[in-house]
Amino acid sequence: MLESLGERLEGIFKKLKGRGLLKEQDIELALKEVRVALLEADVNFRVVKDFVASVKEKATGKAVLESLTPGQQVVKIVHNEICQLLGGTEDKIKLAPNPPTVIMMIGLQGSGKTTTSAKLARIFKKEGRRPMLVAADLQRPAAVDQLITLGKQLDVPVHFTRDKMSPAALSSEALKKARLEARDIVIIDTAGRLHIDQALMVELKEIKEKTSPHETLLVADSMTGQEAVNIAKTFNEEIGLEGVILTKMDGDARGGAALSIKAVTGKPIKYMGTGEKLDMLEAFHPDRLASRVLGMGDVLSLIEKAQSAYDMAEAEKLGKKLMAESFTFEDLRDQLKKVRSMGSIESLLGMIPGLGAKLKNVKIDEKEFVKVEAVINSMTPSERRNRHLLNGSRRKRIAIGSGTQVSDVNRVVKQYVEMKKMLKMFKGGKGLRMPNIAGFR
Amino acid sequence: MGLFDRLKKGLERTRASLMGGIDNIFSGGKVIDEESLEELEELLISSDIGVKTASGIIESLEQRKSDVKKAGSPREFLKSEMTDLLGRPEPLVLFGEKPFVILTVGVNGAGKTTTIGKLASRFTQEGRSVVLAAADTFRAAAIEQLEIWSQRSGAQLIKQQAGGDPAAVAFDAVEAAKKRGSDVVIIDTAGRLHTKAPLMEELKKVRRVIQKAMPDAPQETLLVVDATNGQNALRQAELFNQAIAVTGIALTKLDGTAKGGIVFTIKRELGIPIKLLGIGEAVEDLRDFDPKDFIDALFG
Repeated sequence: MLESLGERLEGIFKKLKGRGLLKEQDIELALKEVRVALLEADVNFRVVKDFVASVKEKATGKAVLESLTPGQQVVKIVHNEICQLLGGTEDKIKLAPNPPTVIMMIGLQGSGKTTTSAKLARIFKKEGRRPMLVAADLQRPAAVDQLITLGKQLDVPVHFTRDKMSPAALSSEALKKARLEARDIVIIDTAGRLHIDQALMVELKEIKEKTSPHETLLVADSMTGQEAVNIAKTFNEEIGLEGVILTKMDGDARGGAALSIKAVTGKPIKYMGTGEKLDMLEAFHPDRLASRVLGMGDVLSLIEKAQSAYDMAEAEKLGKKLMAESFTFEDLRDQLKKVRSMGSIESLLGMIPGLGAKLKNVKIDEKEFVKVEAVINSMTPSERRNRHLLNGSRRKRIAIGSGTQVSDVNRVVKQYVEMKKMLKMFKGGKGLRMPNIAGFR
Repeated sequence: MGLFDRLKKGLERTRASLMGGIDNIFSGGKVIDEESLEELEELLISSDIGVKTASGIIESLEQRKSDVKKAGSPREFLKSEMTDLLGRPEPLVLFGEKPFVILTVGVNGAGKTTTIGKLASRFTQEGRSVVLAAADTFRAAAIEQLEIWSQRSGAQLIKQQAGGDPAAVAFDAVEAAKKRGSDVVIIDTAGRLHTKAPLMEELKKVRRVIQKAMPDAPQETLLVVDATNGQNALRQAELFNQAIAVTGIALTKLDGTAKGGIVFTIKRELGIPIKLLGIGEAVEDLRDFDPKDFIDALFG
C-alpha cells in the first residue's frame, strides 16, 4: 500500500524539527515528496512540474515556516491547489434552448462509453425528460446489442440499425426521429478505438458535423496513466470537448489522470462513474478527488466530524479524569455516544486511509453499541461510578432492565475493566493496546 | 509484413517517445551528470515506468560507471539493464492432460473478450479444438460479443442465459470439452474492479467449481491488463493475484499508448510473467511476449 503524502511529509518534518526554524531548503525536500506522490498517482509529468512550482510559491510563506505542524500546512496547500485546478462542482450538462439537446459520447476502447451513455440517459429520465439513445458504435462486436439491452432495462428507446450504414447517417436519422417523437435528449454512443486511429477521428468528425451536438463529452478511465494527457489533448483538438466524465472511480486508482486532463484541456469534469450499476453516476467532487490523489482517504471530513463531536473543554475534562483514574461507566457511555454521533462506525472506518481496504470484510455490529448503552442506562448512578457494587443480583436486575442477558452485563463490565487497565498503561507510558471493545470482532 | 516488423510498428509510439527521449538526452556524447539523470528520470516516469523502477534504473546508471563504460554508451547500458528487468520469455504453452483450461480475468474494459477471441482464432488456426465459455453473464451483450468471436474463429461456444451463474457456465464448458476431447477451454469472465471483495469471491468460486470438473484446472489464469492504465495496473495484478493466483498477464492496447513502461514495472515489482502482448486490432497482433524482441523493437 502506498503511503499517504501526509505521512511522508510528517516524517520529513519530524527529522527537521530538531534544527529549529524551518528554512526554504527544507520546504524543497517536502516538495520532492509532493512530486513523487503526484507522479505515483499518475498525474502527468509536465502537469506535476507546473503544479509543484505553484505550490512552492505558496509554501515558502511565513505560515508554513513558522508553523508547529508544517507537514499539515503543506498538505493543506497542496490540497487547496488541486481543488482549484479541478474547478467547481456545478458543471452540469447545459440543455439546449431548442430541444433536443444532443450529447455525443466519445472516448477510447473500454473506457466505459456505452455504460455511461445509459447511465446518463437514466439521470435525464429521472428528471422527467424524454431521452433517446443512439447506438452509433458499429465497430465493436455486439456493442449495439449492449446498448439495446441497457435501453430496455431503463425503458429508454434506442435507435439502431442492422444494415450497412455510416454512423453519421444513423445519427442524423436518429435526430429526425427524436424530433418526431418529441424526445428532448439524444445521447449518441460512438465507437471507441485507439485514438491514433485517423479513421476513427474522421468518423467522429462526420457524426459531429451531421448532428452538431451541444455537448461532446470525453469518457475517460480514471485508471489511465501518463497517456491521459495525449488522449485528452487529441480528442479536444480534433473533435472538441465540452466536458469529461471519469469512469471506474470505484476502484482504487488515485485518479491523477483527472488532474492531467483538466490541466491540458481546461474542460470541466462533469460526472464520475462509481459502480457497474446503472444508477452509479455522480456529480464530480474536486475535494474528494484531491484527497484521493494525495492518498489521504477522506481524512478531512473525518477530522471535521470529530471536531464537531468534541469540544476542547470537554476533551480536557476527560483527560483529567483519565489521569485521576476516575473513568466511570458514565464516561464510557458518553464516549460511545460521541463516536456514534459521528456517523456509522463502518463509514468512519472507511474514511481512514489504508484501513478502509483492510477492513472491507469486517462486519461491525452496531447493535452491540446499543446494547452497551442500554446496560449502562439500567445501572443506578452509584453503580455507574463504582463497579464493585455490581454483585450477582444487581447484575440480574440490570439484565432485566436493559432487556439483555446477565452474560451481556458481565461482558460490558469486563470491557470496562479492560479499558480502565489500558488507560492506566497508557498513563504509565507502556504503550497502547487495543481493548476488546464490543462490536469489534 | 513480418512478425518482428509488426511488433516494431505496434511499439512505434513508445519507441518514438522513450527512445527518442533517451537519444536526445545523451546526444552528442553528453556525459552522465545530475542534469541528464534528472531528465532521464522524468522521461522514464512519463513512460509509466513508475517512480520506483525509474529510480532503480537511475541509481544503477549513477553508481555502475565502469559498467556504463564497458557497455559503450549510456544507451547501450540502458538497453542491457532493461533487458535484465524483463527476464526470460515465458510464453503461453499448453501442457498436461486435455483440455487445457484458461481462465481469463481482469477489470472492466481491459479487453478480455477480444483477447479471448484472438486467442481462440490462434488455437483453431493451429488445428486445435477450442471451447469458449461465456461466463460473463453480467455485462449486457457480453455473450453476443463472444458468440461473434466463436463464429469467426470456429470455436464452440458454451453459454447460458444472461444473468446466469458464471461458475455453472465454466463447469459446463469444461465438462463439454472433456466429453468432446477438445484441446483448449477459454473462460470469459465479467470484468470487475479488483477492489470489489464480493466479486473477487465470485472468481474464487468459479475456480473452485472448475476444479470439480477437472482437479488440475485452470492450468492458466490469465489477467488481462490495459497498457494505457498507469500505476494502477500494478494494484490490479497484485489483488487479482492474491485472490486467484494469476499465472500470466496479457497486456493489451500497447499500440495505443506511447507509455509502454508498465511492461518493465509489472515484471520487476510483481514477478508475474507477461505472456501475451496486444499490439493491434488484427488476430495476429496478439502475440507471445518475447523480451528480446521487445527490447530490439524498442531500441530499434
